[in-house]
Amino acid sequence: MVNLTIDNIPVEVNENTTILEAARLAGINIPTLCFLKDINEIAACRVCIVEIDGMDRLISSCNNSVREGMVVYTNSPRVREARRINVELILSQHNTSCAYCPRSGNCTLQKIANDLGIYKIPYKNIIPKTLWSHRAILKRDASKCIKCMRCIQICDKVQTLHIWDIDGTGSRTTVDVSHNRMIMDSDCSLCGQCITHCPVGALSARDDIGKFYDALADSEKTVVVQVAPAVRAAWGEELGISREQATMGKITAALKRMGVDYVFDTDFSADLTIMEEGNELLKRLSEGEHKYPMFTSCCPGWVRFMKSQFPEMVGCLSTSKSPQQMFGAILKTYYAGLIGVPADRLYFVSIMPCVAKKKEASLSTMNSAGTGQDVDLVLTTREFVQIIRSEHISVDHLSEIPCDQPIVTSSGAGVIFGTTGGVMEAALRTAYAVAEGHNPEPDAFREIRGEGGIREAVFTIGGRDLHVAAASGLGNARKLVKAVKSGKAHYDFVEIMACPGGCSGGGGQPIKDGSELYGIRGSELYNLDKNSEIRYSHENPAIVSLYENYLEKPLSERSEQLLHTDHTAWEMPLAPDDI
Amino acid sequence: MSRLSIITPDYAQTVVENLYKDVERRITASPPGICPIDISNAFLKMCHAQTCGKCVPCRVGLTQLSSLIDDVLDGNATLEHISLIEKTARVIKNTADCAIGYEAANMVLRGVIGFRDDYTEHILNRRCRFNIYQPVPCVALCPAGVDIPGYIALVNDGRCADAVRLIRKDNPFPTACAFVCEHPCEARCRRNMIDDSINIRALKRYAVDHSGIVQAPENAPSTGKKIAIIGGGPSGLSAAYYLSLMGHHAEVFEKRDKLGGMLRYGIPSYRLPRERLQEDIDCILSTGITVHTGIEIGRDITIPQLKDDFDCIYIAIGAHNDKKIGIEGEDKRGVISAVEMLRSIGDNTLPDFTKKRVVVVGGGNVAMDCTRSAKRLGAESVTCVYRRRRVDMTALPEEVEGAESEGCDILCLQSPVKISGDEDGNVTSIWIQPQIAGEIDKSGRPRPVNAKAEPIRLACDIVIAAVGQGIEIQPFEEFGVKVKRGVIDTLASNEVTNIDGVFAGGDCVTGPATVIRAIAAGKVAAANIDEYLGFNHIISTDVDVPLPRLDVKPACGRMNTKERSAGERNTDFNLIETGLTEEEALVESGRCLRCDHYGYGIFKGGRVDKW
Repeated sequence: MVNLTIDNIPVEVNENTTILEAARLAGINIPTLCFLKDINEIAACRVCIVEIDGMDRLISSCNNSVREGMVVYTNSPRVREARRINVELILSQHNTSCAYCPRSGNCTLQKIANDLGIYKIPYKNIIPKTLWSHRAILKRDASKCIKCMRCIQICDKVQTLHIWDIDGTGSRTTVDVSHNRMIMDSDCSLCGQCITHCPVGALSARDDIGKFYDALADSEKTVVVQVAPAVRAAWGEELGISREQATMGKITAALKRMGVDYVFDTDFSADLTIMEEGNELLKRLSEGEHKYPMFTSCCPGWVRFMKSQFPEMVGCLSTSKSPQQMFGAILKTYYAGLIGVPADRLYFVSIMPCVAKKKEASLSTMNSAGTGQDVDLVLTTREFVQIIRSEHISVDHLSEIPCDQPIVTSSGAGVIFGTTGGVMEAALRTAYAVAEGHNPEPDAFREIRGEGGIREAVFTIGGRDLHVAAASGLGNARKLVKAVKSGKAHYDFVEIMACPGGCSGGGGQPIKDGSELYGIRGSELYNLDKNSEIRYSHENPAIVSLYENYLEKPLSERSEQLLHTDHTAWEMPLAPDDI
Repeated sequence: MSRLSIITPDYAQTVVENLYKDVERRITASPPGICPIDISNAFLKMCHAQTCGKCVPCRVGLTQLSSLIDDVLDGNATLEHISLIEKTARVIKNTADCAIGYEAANMVLRGVIGFRDDYTEHILNRRCRFNIYQPVPCVALCPAGVDIPGYIALVNDGRCADAVRLIRKDNPFPTACAFVCEHPCEARCRRNMIDDSINIRALKRYAVDHSGIVQAPENAPSTGKKIAIIGGGPSGLSAAYYLSLMGHHAEVFEKRDKLGGMLRYGIPSYRLPRERLQEDIDCILSTGITVHTGIEIGRDITIPQLKDDFDCIYIAIGAHNDKKIGIEGEDKRGVISAVEMLRSIGDNTLPDFTKKRVVVVGGGNVAMDCTRSAKRLGAESVTCVYRRRRVDMTALPEEVEGAESEGCDILCLQSPVKISGDEDGNVTSIWIQPQIAGEIDKSGRPRPVNAKAEPIRLACDIVIAAVGQGIEIQPFEEFGVKVKRGVIDTLASNEVTNIDGVFAGGDCVTGPATVIRAIAAGKVAAANIDEYLGFNHIISTDVDVPLPRLDVKPACGRMNTKERSAGERNTDFNLIETGLTEEEALVESGRCLRCDHYGYGIFKGGRVDKW
């Protein structure tokens, strides 16, 4: 143990504790800006500086460790002056049009500047110009970037895609797409982790809210919305309601208030995905030994990653479409008939915890009904919350409303799609039932749950050992695929989600700087599953009737046509050679 | 009003004079990867501050040039900017009245030509082509990429054995390099910005002197692959060492009786004691390398034979051929080559120069080795003759100073023209033609040209030609290895361009260079041979580097190493240099600014812990 004083308070902490950490343990919250624990401890912003007795210069507290007998001041006159000037310097190169910034009210720089009471700065405001493609889904506003380097670090260390890099040198140093590429020409997975870890409004996803309003205003359109499982676990965070209160029923009510005609739950098409993917797995297993496992394909960030990093492995991806796209294909065919609206008048909107879904919906292959894109618009959870705020909907006062007929039901298996390992667990529940002729215990496959980036398990199904693995985060995905390719690991079925923690931690989810909320959101989804009346996808009555009345059976000719896709039918830029 | 007065600098001038020195040191420590346009624009602004303001091209032109370049850097330029910059700079160069103007413009002009691609990239894509990929200056400049801040921190922590382990991750010759490395790492040391570079080589010497015997790490499981390594010098042995660690079987074929190459047959033992060289070789061989000495390629074994018996070949034969001075009388008895002389010293056959007057021709480190060795071999006088100026010598300044203090003469700006002998063919004298420094040549040094003066006769008994070495290329050329300008032609991966499975590196590819470059070539070859054989073995170490301490680092002196007194050392071949004391090593290692942690290092590239 090490003894020191911080602001005259005696503190005893473990060796190698940072000064920042030690101060927090003593109840002193030193402000930080660029710091992101374990990811970005580079002390670039110099906001967390402290004064140490006997040291000539001020020291960054985020990446320097305590020493016995250290005397630390976090608010000495020198520190006060330095912290303020450093924040003023950052502001002097920042586009402070805060009133119309997507991160207004949720911006770490804004908070620090407000906390310090900075109402004017003595420096000339020199704002870098932005050059960015208008078509890009991932947006970067150079005028807002504070060069904290978090985006580079998260993409390098967690996602291992190295999309971002330092650009330029000297005072013009900034961040841009690596290898002097344009974002559209890069192998970016569009996971959006750089967005959710940006402390300011420099990175964002394309704002599509205007198109939603246009559709609502168009009397020719029937607006239908699907809501992904992980959205319900997170949307309330920014609206000040508890997770228990932030239900799917309230989401439906809010959407109805906005004027949406039909609200459906993507849990339903998650169940549908399980039917197709589970049976695809069983079919594959019945064909005999495979060198490589079947990989899930419901995460578009992961599909993009596989296509760019391991193009030779694309054949191992399940051909099943993601729940978003299955819903689009089936809505604009079967359900269009059921609700009596021609497909070309249906405007189908997804609310997703995801940035990559915006791209997935626009792929040329996602037009199964023949009336344009199966999904017309994708909004992120953040955009959905934004609309609730601009529609001045008071969520406290909303009464819960069920989803619309004819798709009222969904299963707990569909809900857990929103967290890492959930797709695997849901698929195994159904695959077991198909292979064994009876249902397993609903929690029989809970071993695949958990916090680790890569988890593996062996289950006996249909008289054979099934080796499975689930990974989240693209760095873990890369590790896993490499192990599979080199023969060091052998699996039958692998679930991969691009974002750490799965969709719960998705790049389209609400942002809380400094906190990783996927764990708590994920447990909320497991709670919903536990309390569901239906725990198996194949027992969802809407699924049963869909197959009875339209699709016939999983992997039928019609299923193949509507619910499966060719991952090779569109181009994805490959990873640069030197990675 | 007095008619004349003594001029004394005022306080402001004194401060500016000191600033100039700071800037000089700062330029010395300039980090790698800076945008060349940005930095030359900064220089241009300094040049412009120097203008007296009298003439238009300099006063106005340099402002406009700088503003145009600002446009380029700020993304406000079109391609026409480049031609306007070029035109303006050319006119300033041709019309400015003094060097303040025309040299500043010339700098811009050279830049527009030299990094035109970067200009274009800035204009068209508003991006820069330069990036800091290796931010630690010493590591960036070490050809082998040794983790210098890491081992300095270990020395400071008293963990010398760990320091040696860490060095061996990138360089299996820590001891040899501790004595003779040319330490390119020190050139841009960031400590220059405060006072002076860290004495890195001396700290390495301290580590190897206090580490005890450090075992090599364990080899990876055997792959069953066999690699023939031709040449047992620093490059060949480095490749053999890493290939062994990777689990391959390396066999070294060495022409001489002993291993070490130029480290044994080129460098005198007063700089690198043989037993200390042996420490490195012993560790390298302990990994299970098979050695065949006294084997000459083409005579005892042919390359096709090796090609049949091995999975891969690495050619690292060095550059051991003498080059002739190319003057009349070079065939006289008493004319010997540097290679020949140092080789026989390496084999412990010491030539006797007692009472001989010796002239050494050349100005490189080899010339200095010959000069200082000749003195130790009993020569009555030793004179080193060099055709350029003293500052143009490629020998390290401390070598030249060492030779002089040991009683050798250095005669500069003298070009040998003829060697005369007696009727028996013995050397009696060398004729030298005085030179004057002429125009700057491609190497950036003034070309020596004959002065309007008569040649001088220098009486002597021995002439040692130290004017460079070539490569014994013949058997390799016959086999079909591509040779370009006298050296083996390879890719950056060390692959011989035209034959599959044959790699080459070290002096035989670069021409005579430094030991650390040869070691780096061995390391690169090992990695690429491993890859060629279908593997991806990783070389790493489990040594953990201590975190930097929060210390106050005021400006202070650099700890220079000491030498034995000139009068004592010039009669023997014992080691000249004495290592740092513990006290000195602690202070010197504590001076390190830890660029691996502070600045860019903590963000990217601060530590490359495996390859």
